[in-house]
Amino acid sequence: MADMKTEPDEEHWDLVVKPKSSLFTLNLAEVWAYKDLIMLMVKRDFTAIYKQTVLGPLWMFVQPLFTTAIYTFTFSTSAKLSTDGIPPILFYIMGQTFWNYFADCLNKTSGTFISNSAVFGKVYFPRLVMPFSVVISSLIKLGLQILLLMAFYLYYYFTTDQLHPQWTLALLPAYLLILGVFSLSLGILFSSFTTKYRDFTFLLTFAVQLLMFASCVVFPVSMYSEKVQNILMYNPVVSCMEAIKYSLTGHGLFSWYYLSFVLLVTFIFLIISVVIFNRTEKSFMDSV
Amino acid sequence: MSNKVIEISNLGKQYRLGQVGTTTLSDDFKRWWYAFRGKEDPFLIIGDTNDRTKKGSSDYVWALKDINFSVNKGEVIGIIGKNGAGKSTLLKILSRTTAPTMGEYKIKGRIASLLEVGTGFHPDLTGRENVFLNGAILGMTKAEIRNKFDEIVDFSGVERYIDTPVKRYSSGMYVRLAFAVAAHLEPEILIVDEVLAVGDAEFQKKCLGKMKDVSGNGRTVLFVSHNMSAVNSLCTRCVYLKNGTVYSIGDTAKIVETYLSNESNAESCKVWDPSVAPGDSVARIISARVTDDKGLTIDHMLRDQKVGIEFEYEVLQEGHWPIPNLHVFNGSEEYAFVSVENELEYLSKKGKYRSVVWIPADLLNDGRYVFGLALTTMKPNVNVHFYAENVLQVEVIEDISKRNTSYNQRLPGVVRPQLNWETTLLSD
Repeated sequence: MADMKTEPDEEHWDLVVKPKSSLFTLNLAEVWAYKDLIMLMVKRDFTAIYKQTVLGPLWMFVQPLFTTAIYTFTFSTSAKLSTDGIPPILFYIMGQTFWNYFADCLNKTSGTFISNSAVFGKVYFPRLVMPFSVVISSLIKLGLQILLLMAFYLYYYFTTDQLHPQWTLALLPAYLLILGVFSLSLGILFSSFTTKYRDFTFLLTFAVQLLMFASCVVFPVSMYSEKVQNILMYNPVVSCMEAIKYSLTGHGLFSWYYLSFVLLVTFIFLIISVVIFNRTEKSFMDSV
Repeated sequence: MSNKVIEISNLGKQYRLGQVGTTTLSDDFKRWWYAFRGKEDPFLIIGDTNDRTKKGSSDYVWALKDINFSVNKGEVIGIIGKNGAGKSTLLKILSRTTAPTMGEYKIKGRIASLLEVGTGFHPDLTGRENVFLNGAILGMTKAEIRNKFDEIVDFSGVERYIDTPVKRYSSGMYVRLAFAVAAHLEPEILIVDEVLAVGDAEFQKKCLGKMKDVSGNGRTVLFVSHNMSAVNSLCTRCVYLKNGTVYSIGDTAKIVETYLSNESNAESCKVWDPSVAPGDSVARIISARVTDDKGLTIDHMLRDQKVGIEFEYEVLQEGHWPIPNLHVFNGSEEYAFVSVENELEYLSKKGKYRSVVWIPADLLNDGRYVFGLALTTMKPNVNVHFYAENVLQVEVIEDISKRNTSYNQRLPGVVRPQLNWETTLLSD
């Protein structure tokens, strides 16, 4: 070490690895350099999942259709729950489509470290590549499912007069962004914790189920008293879903206050999650 | 500006033994509490060196400690050491799959690691799709892979199956395709971990050739292996790791020799404690030694001297027909030959026996030889009563002045028998 200091160390090193990096070394440029890998992972998700199936990507439509049928029967026909003046089938398929997007992202990103440990243990690439690719493939899947939703929507639009689309529909990308970022943050946070404490996998499984009911997917927020509504709307999923419903149908709760609140919270949450994720990725192989 | 492309200083990695990976919740709190007060991590000062054969006093172990060395551009560095010496940990840290506990390292240029072939191969995807996916995981861009695609397929030799899912591949084809992708990476620094130990002989040769090309192009390679002949033929320099520290570093030939003689358990004379002596209910070994023609125990010999391998054993049960046999290996652990005693009838009787087998002068090459001793019943069924592996060794020294040739370098080969040459002049 002594002689190292005597020679002027002005060499350029491309990479210096130390035990701990500073809190905010989020190297987005590095993630960008691996954009091809992200796209190939997305492609893999689609090609690999439907190999050796007859229906192939049609499965993407079968699942929401059947679930909608069951929900319509259970919650609307039998339990007679309100659907806020929206035709029940449309209400449930709408809830389904956007909730599935959120839950899919959450479930898959939360397994980032555990399910990829074989690859992560052998090769280095920015670990964020994996959750990013999950969000993108979920987004593509959502896009396809929106086509199905549109078919129902147009049917009801022309056969009933219950649907009144609002100009806030133009903000749909923003709602989807909030939902995506929220599920990504939650997912990578969970995946960081599960590397050490597997308890979180159990927690997540039923938390997602419970969250579905707390997120007003199968019944509208308007079912509750105003007091409860005010609390529920702080849930980014609820305020986004309500905003989407309102934009499409004119029924539902739309609030600039809650939307800007959840936007802010979601991005703060994202930063915290990414910091924790980055700290975990450095040596999670030792504890996974 | 120096030629260094890797510089490692004071690198160390600590692991915690037992159930949870590196730490426990209560230790986490303790760490956090020390850090909060601005003190040093209390667990970094404790910890034993990494010797898996000894029981340590602490739950924390340094898998690597105080690693310091640098690598120059274009060098092929071999990293050798016993299992558990810290080779893989070092590779893991250098390939960034885990972070060091202390110290740091610096790298110049693009680095790619090949700790395994076929990382990220998806069984349901076709060969073609997997080449792209695997290439991207290893750090290539899509365009780079597309440019090299034909070359990769050609190298792998699985062209016919390229559009078939890889789960239908034979394991050999799988590995060939996977290695082909890896071989076409073009990083400035390549880290390779024993991936060469796959595929058939022809393919291994191809891989070694490819590795040589890589180093020939001025790229730097770090190569971890137990295969001393591969290390010998590829590496210019070697790092010998022992119990998590650098034991020695230097010329490949010298380091490989140090390593092999250091890690060998072989001696020139050995007597077993009856309770641990290799053997079964039929026979048990008692002692073994290397002797010269006067009956003295020796640890080295001249090449033109004959050497005796002597061992004593006890036959404990009648009705078997055990035959002593000798297994000879050279210093690079290559099998030289086996020699078997005649089927002597009286060996089936109970009693203590001594066998000596004489290896004639001018048969062994110069260097170290290791001997394994066995007692085997050959009929009706083959039954090994004991096989004492790598128990004896001898250093063969050659007096080069006595050679019949003026060539004075070491002649290759696991043995070097003195053969008769007949050369006649056919026409003037």
